[in-house]
Amino acid sequence: MPVYIGKRLLVAIPTLLIISIFVFSLQKLLPGDPILAMAGEERDPATLEFLRAKYHLNDPIILQYFAWLGGILVGDFGISLRTNQPVLELIGQKLPVTIQLAVMAMFFAMVIGIPIGILAAVKKNTWVDYVANIVALTGLSIPNFWLGIMLILLVSVKLGWLPASGYESIFVDPVRSLQTMVMPAFVLGNALAATLMRHTRSAMVGVMSADYIRTARAKGLSPREIILSHSFRNALLPVVTLLALLFGELLAGAVLTEQIFTIPGFGKMTVDAVFNRDYAVVQGIVLCTAVGFILMNLLADVAYVLLNPRLRATL
Amino acid sequence: MKRMTRLTSTLLAGVLLAFPALSSELRIGLNDDADVLDPAQSRTFVGRIVYTAMCDKLVDISQDMKIVPQLATEWAWSEGGKVLTMKLRQGVKFHDETPFNAEAVVYTIQRNMTLPESRRKSELSSVEKVEASGEYEVKFTLKSPDVTLLAQLSDRAGAIVSPKAAKELGANFGSHPVCAGPFKFVERIQQDRIVLEKFADYWDKDKVLVDKVTYLPIPDTTVKLANLRSGDLDIAERISPSDAESVKNDPALTYADVIGPGYMAMYVNIANGARADNPLGKDKRLRQAFSLAIDREAISQIVFEGTAMAGNQPFPPSSPWFDKDIPVPARDIEKAKQLMKEAGHETLDIELQHANNTTQTQMMQVIQSMVAEAGFNVTLKATEFATLLDEQTRGNYQISRSDWSGRIDPDGNIHQFITCKGGINDVKYCNPEVDKLLNEARTSTDEAVRKHNYDAAAAILNDDMPIIYLGHQPYAYAISKKVSGFAPSPDGMIRLLGVAKK
Repeated sequence: MPVYIGKRLLVAIPTLLIISIFVFSLQKLLPGDPILAMAGEERDPATLEFLRAKYHLNDPIILQYFAWLGGILVGDFGISLRTNQPVLELIGQKLPVTIQLAVMAMFFAMVIGIPIGILAAVKKNTWVDYVANIVALTGLSIPNFWLGIMLILLVSVKLGWLPASGYESIFVDPVRSLQTMVMPAFVLGNALAATLMRHTRSAMVGVMSADYIRTARAKGLSPREIILSHSFRNALLPVVTLLALLFGELLAGAVLTEQIFTIPGFGKMTVDAVFNRDYAVVQGIVLCTAVGFILMNLLADVAYVLLNPRLRATL
Repeated sequence: MKRMTRLTSTLLAGVLLAFPALSSELRIGLNDDADVLDPAQSRTFVGRIVYTAMCDKLVDISQDMKIVPQLATEWAWSEGGKVLTMKLRQGVKFHDETPFNAEAVVYTIQRNMTLPESRRKSELSSVEKVEASGEYEVKFTLKSPDVTLLAQLSDRAGAIVSPKAAKELGANFGSHPVCAGPFKFVERIQQDRIVLEKFADYWDKDKVLVDKVTYLPIPDTTVKLANLRSGDLDIAERISPSDAESVKNDPALTYADVIGPGYMAMYVNIANGARADNPLGKDKRLRQAFSLAIDREAISQIVFEGTAMAGNQPFPPSSPWFDKDIPVPARDIEKAKQLMKEAGHETLDIELQHANNTTQTQMMQVIQSMVAEAGFNVTLKATEFATLLDEQTRGNYQISRSDWSGRIDPDGNIHQFITCKGGINDVKYCNPEVDKLLNEARTSTDEAVRKHNYDAAAAILNDDMPIIYLGHQPYAYAISKKVSGFAPSPDGMIRLLGVAKK
């Protein structure tokens, strides 16, 4: 297993390099001058020139790229043009926020999606299945921003149960932290739950008609045992893959959700950085996300093997 | 059972915590996040709002836009407007308990002029040297007379910082700013909050009536209002015009607005690169026709729900600098058509770029249909802001629509946009006569001379029309009824002295 993981990590390096080149050049294609965007209403030419030189924006793009890459290798991701903060420090501040949001959203997605998916498969083509499908489709179709604002209006403004937006670190004030995160996590998890439910259902339906399930039935096992220990474990394989893929969707959804609930996380930082042409920050974020994505996929593959003994032989 | 009790009490504590605590903490919702919190380096409007509470300046602006004492108690011009002497307030301390004196002022001004990262250089470009002429007296010697200096000193350029802290932190001063304002810096979490607390040794501490101020950047106006209604915010700044009505009708909220010193305008590319080479850029009659086809009052009513002020000059009609001989024109389609005909056009295709937000888009659509009646076929190009700025600077536009937040001194609203070498002259208009008038107005300490020159320049610009002024944006606030003593300032800053919370 360690050899397998090691190999996978080595393969990731060229992938990351390609991504970095892609992001770097894509950014330079964006119209707009970061220094001008920074200067806003004060545009003293001498200062603009000084800043361009300071951030090496006058250098040829190839040089800029290698300077940046060289920095990364020694752990220097550059500094934010807008706030002068080191990018790595910024990422260190924002990442835990988004991870908390993602974990909580995933929790909602799984708690809602998987049981409903199983139920729908077991009760295939009955009213339970139809209702579950309608719920899933509704969840998929409701846009995040709309649901978010409606929840704020209902839960915060009308009922006054939860704070409308903001963020508190879980280490500083866990209760307040959970309070501020519940709504955004639900909004984010809701859309994923629908996808998860649909996939769980179809995987379960496939497994339920397999021969070994018929055998298990013939053996006289209880339906509960059949569903949970025989079918679900096997149906879990595609669902695990999906969870890893959903990670990307989660980050994309976080961009919008964080914007609505003004959560100072990764997504909000990304949007602000793009609008301000804060190159170093955008590059740092994309690289980090790519690493996260690769790790998530690796994790899914490892989980695969753990769930399915047959695959162990192929390692 | 024990576990049950613990769970219940935790839940109960959670519910209690969900309600805002009854301390005098003022929570203010800002439109976006401030940039670096160093008065020498910062650029954002919201940054200035934070400085208003944190950093006292040499002089301040009163409700009627006059320069009034703050850290400087009195001042005088001499030697034909080339020397400004200021007497400083005594017994003032910085937040790190170091004393405020002439030395600190000299240090700060020099820092603003020489720090490589400083954005204050152009604001202080007329200053040749600044020196301490006593423990509590400073003397500014200017290269040439510049009456706008006082206005610059009423903003970030005049925000005095603790020399001790500034020396220690250098260009990184923004990570822990130390000034001499009523509130001192506690912490900042990017894109989340900036927290200040009452400074016990403030020189005017009797007027500080809240213990803590938290600024929260919330760009979405719906979310900002939801926060205000749920009690998570006490003041929301720059609320959207479309929300004004609902705030007025909410018994828990107060609405307040004031016309700011800025303007909304359309910049016509006169000579900035190849794209200036079009009939509109070359023929002033077409620009006049375009302007006449717009109903400015209707825009204020429709797009801004009546909160904006229609205008046709860089200064609002309410300003003493507004030229009353050139009133805001009424819409005149016939005259517009006639001017078009004189210029040899039945119709004219024009591309107009604007920022891609709701208010702008709506405003431009209204204008598009208004000028269509005079024969202008306007194609709207909604552009993300950083791109718009870039295109406007590089001259890749025919008409570009953007705002200016405005300056207290009239010079700040006109000089750099329209003089031949102006730093923000994106239209590349150049008229030696206008240059002469505006340069003179900058150096004269005689208000009558200044007024005469601005009026003369306004007359020329109203004819040449390189910039088509549309009106003046309001600063609108929604305030919780729990807050008392708040009045909107015409510069859009949130002044907290005398503001209390129940």
